Amino acid sequence: MPDLGQLYQEVILDHNKKPRNFGKLEQANRQAEGFNPLCGDKITLYLKVEDGVVKDIRFQGSGCAISTASASMMTTSLKGKTVAEAEALFEKFHQMVTGKQPAPGAELGKLAVFSGVSEFPVRVKCATLAWHTFHAALQGKNEPVSTE
Amino acid sequence: MSTDRYVLSSTPLPSPTLPFDVWKIREDFPLLRVKVHGKPLVYLDNAATSQKPESVIEAIRRYYVSENSNVHRGVHALSEQATQDYEAARHKLRRFLNASSEREIIFVRGTTEGINLIAQTYGRKHIGAGDEIVISAMEHHSNIVPWQMLCEEKGARLRVAPINDAGELLLDEFEKLLGPKTRMVSIAHVSNALGTINPVHQIVRMAHRRNIPVLIDGAQAAPHLKINVRDIDCDFYVISGHKMYGPTGIGAVYGKSELLEEMPPYQGGGDMISSVTFEKTLYNVLPYKFEAGTPDIAGAIGLGAAIDYLNQLGIENAAVHEHDLLTYATAALLQIPGIRLIGTARQKAGVLSFVLEGVHPHDMGTVLDQEGIAIRTGHHCAQPLMDRFGVPATARASLALYNTREEIDLLVAGIHKVREVFR
Repeated sequence: MPDLGQLYQEVILDHNKKPRNFGKLEQANRQAEGFNPLCGDKITLYLKVEDGVVKDIRFQGSGCAISTASASMMTTSLKGKTVAEAEALFEKFHQMVTGKQPAPGAELGKLAVFSGVSEFPVRVKCATLAWHTFHAALQGKNEPVSTE
Repeated sequence: MSTDRYVLSSTPLPSPTLPFDVWKIREDFPLLRVKVHGKPLVYLDNAATSQKPESVIEAIRRYYVSENSNVHRGVHALSEQATQDYEAARHKLRRFLNASSEREIIFVRGTTEGINLIAQTYGRKHIGAGDEIVISAMEHHSNIVPWQMLCEEKGARLRVAPINDAGELLLDEFEKLLGPKTRMVSIAHVSNALGTINPVHQIVRMAHRRNIPVLIDGAQAAPHLKINVRDIDCDFYVISGHKMYGPTGIGAVYGKSELLEEMPPYQGGGDMISSVTFEKTLYNVLPYKFEAGTPDIAGAIGLGAAIDYLNQLGIENAAVHEHDLLTYATAALLQIPGIRLIGTARQKAGVLSFVLEGVHPHDMGTVLDQEGIAIRTGHHCAQPLMDRFGVPATARASLALYNTREEIDLLVAGIHKVREVFR
C-alpha cells in the first residue's frame, strides 16, 4: 500500500506552505504558462537565461501541495545551472517520479523527496507540471502547456 | 411536483424511523463490498457515476447470454425478443419521466449527447445570427460548450443568468435575459457541483410566456427526484443512465413530439430511414428518426432494469433518505474548523462541495483515498462556476440511496486526518 508519509514529506509540506522564489520576475527574458486541467493547477514560470545559464527563475500560480512544492524546489535546484544541466535534471526527475528509475541518483539532491510520487500515478502530473512549463519556457513556446 | 420537501430541515429524521433499510439495499450493490487500500470502500462520488445493483448487471448479462441480436431488423426469434426488450426499456423510461408517448423518448449515449443532439438539430434549424441562448452560471460544461459551438457557427450569442452566493439562480435576473431574440433556454435541473435544485417550473413558465422553448439537463436530477416532464412542461429533458444506477453509454432525450417531428435528423444511417434511394431518403418516424445505427441495446435494457429497481424502492423514499443524509452531513462538515461549503441553496440534492483552508482539494482527495473514501476533487466540469466562487477547485462528496450516516462519519474522520497531515 502506498505510504502517505512518503508522498507528503516534511520538506514538501514546508515548500508548499512557504514557496521559494514565488512571484513575478521583472527581468525575465523567457516565460511560459502551465495548466493541469484535472485539478485546476496553474503556473506561470519566469526565467532569466543568459549565456546558456539559468541566472534567475521565479514562479506564480496556485496548485496542490505537490505541484506547489515541486515548482518551489525546482526553482531552487535550477538557479545557476546551465540549460543542458537543467534539461538533464528534468529527465532524471521525470524517470524518478514515473517509477522508471525509482532509486534517485545523487544528482537529484533534495529533489529525491519526490520519489514517493511514483506510488501515486495520478499525482505524477502535479509533480511534473512546473518542469514541463520550464521546458516550454526554454523552447520559447507561446502556447500554455497542458498536462492533458 | 413540490420541491418543498427537499428544504433543509433543522431536525433531521432519525435513521431507524425511515421506511428504508439502507443496509439491506447495500447488499444489492456488489461493488460496495470491495476494499480500497485494504479499507472498506466509502463511495461518495455518485454525481460522477453511481454503482449498479445486481439486477442491472444481471439484465445486461442475460441479454448477451440469451438474446443478443440486432433490433428492428430480423424476423428471427432472437431479434424479436431483443426488439421487445429494447422497446420495453423505452416504455419504462416513458413512464419514469411521465412523457405522453414512447415516440418522445430517444435513446442516446447520455446527457452530453442529448444536449448536442438538440443543439445540432433544433438549434441549427431555429437559431441564427443575432439570436440568443440563455443558460445559467451553474451549468456543466456539457450544457455550455454545445451552445457555444452553435453560437460560433451561427453568430448567435450565449447569455448567462447569474446566481447568488448560496448558488441559487437569480430568477429576476434570469427573466430579464429573456427577450425577443431569445430562442432557447437550457438549464440544469440539479447542479452537479453545488447540488442546487433549480425552480424548473417557474423557469419554464417564464420562458413559455415568451414562446421560448426550454431544455432541462436532468443528469443529476433523475437519480434523486421524481420527474414529471408534463408537469414541468419543459420542451426537452435529458438524462444519463449511469448516474441513476444504470450502465454507462446510455441515456435519453425526452422531447415534445410536435418539436421532434419538425426537427431534422441528428445522424444519418440505418434504422433512422423508412426508404433510401440514391436520389432521396425518407426518414423514419419518431423516435427512430433520431436513432441512427445499432443502438446500445444492452445499455437500454440495463437502464430499464435500473428504473425497475428505483420503482421498486420508490424514488420518493430514496429522496427522503438522501435528504436526511444531506442534512446530517452538512451539520457534520460544518463542525470541521476551516471548512467552507460551496453551494448552500435552500433547495438542494445530495451534493456537498467544500474547500478546506490551507489544503488544496486534490491533496484532500489523495489522503481520503488512502482511507478508502472516494470523492471527486477538481472543477467538476464547471470551470466558470469555480471562477464565480473564487476557487480553483473543490472537494465534492455526492450521495446516493445506498450511503449511510456511518460513511459520513468516516468522511469527517478522514477530513480530520487531512488536517493533521497539513497541520
